[in-house]
Amino acid sequence: MAAKIKIEKKILSENDKIAAAIRERLHQNNIVSLNFVSSPGSGKTSLLEKTIGYLGKDIKIGLIAGDVQTENDANRLKAAGGEIVRPVVTGGACHLDARMISKALENLDLEKIQMLFIENVGNLVCPSSYDLGEDMKVVLMSVTEGDDKPLKYPAMFRRSSVMIINKLDLLPHCDFNMETARQNALKINGKFKIFEMSCRTGDGLDEWYSWVKNPKI
Amino acid sequence: MHELAIAESIIKTVLDEAERRNLGPVKKIAVRVGALTDVVPDALRFGFEAASADTELEGTKLEIKTIPVVGKCRNCGKGFNVEEHIFICPVCESFDIEMTTGGELDIEYIEADDRSI
Repeated sequence: MAAKIKIEKKILSENDKIAAAIRERLHQNNIVSLNFVSSPGSGKTSLLEKTIGYLGKDIKIGLIAGDVQTENDANRLKAAGGEIVRPVVTGGACHLDARMISKALENLDLEKIQMLFIENVGNLVCPSSYDLGEDMKVVLMSVTEGDDKPLKYPAMFRRSSVMIINKLDLLPHCDFNMETARQNALKINGKFKIFEMSCRTGDGLDEWYSWVKNPKI
Repeated sequence: MHELAIAESIIKTVLDEAERRNLGPVKKIAVRVGALTDVVPDALRFGFEAASADTELEGTKLEIKTIPVVGKCRNCGKGFNVEEHIFICPVCESFDIEMTTGGELDIEYIEADDRSI
């Protein structure tokens, strides 16, 4: 006869175990890690280009650039001055998982870096379930996407610690209400640290730079 | 469509557990899915059917229990159901809310012949 057998195990326990090991290794090496998530085209790569261009002189940053296909983003980050860039091509998978990060870290000398930036696959749904061992998630949205984005993707916005609203320079051309966007985000996550910027014009980037040097919530 | 990857994780975990515990064929798998996980039950069921085909779990029933999002106010301690993903305390209007349930992605139990009994 069939018996009911208690399992009580997280479905992603395998991923979480690997993520915990990554987190421990990064902390042992005093490395701060950020996982950048957004829809495709919100400006993750642009933000990272700017950030490594500015911080790269003083802080050694390791970069893991995830994409479904191509190493284009990784190449952009190298061109922007990223010395330690590891591309991860998922070959169709819609998110990065901890195993991919663990593999990417295999040939990355952790003693040489002080920060690790992970650029996730452009997707606001799937990456929310996967812990990569990062200290915090940074979620980007841009003014061309609509101010209700946080309401549409609550899981991702709830799990992120920082929100960036990018492409401020396009604000005059969009039906985007900044105050509504902020309120929508704070309804989901009252502790959000919010930055407004334009990676294109540089507007708002100074505030971001001074925070990201020593990111704390 | 990460439900396929989630389904694969369910299958791997269940097959490992069944082997470790020396169980017979698994008839049913019961999972808990929090309402704030972006995992769609129908897509998960579809992913499970696809991923379990030609494995020992082909035809196994997947029961999905959706767990509502419940919050607790860190300011006044009030527990409440989070409606429409709005994490604001209905009593003191604080935004500082701990999510107590709604993020689950768990395998609760399975039904199988227990050969050890």
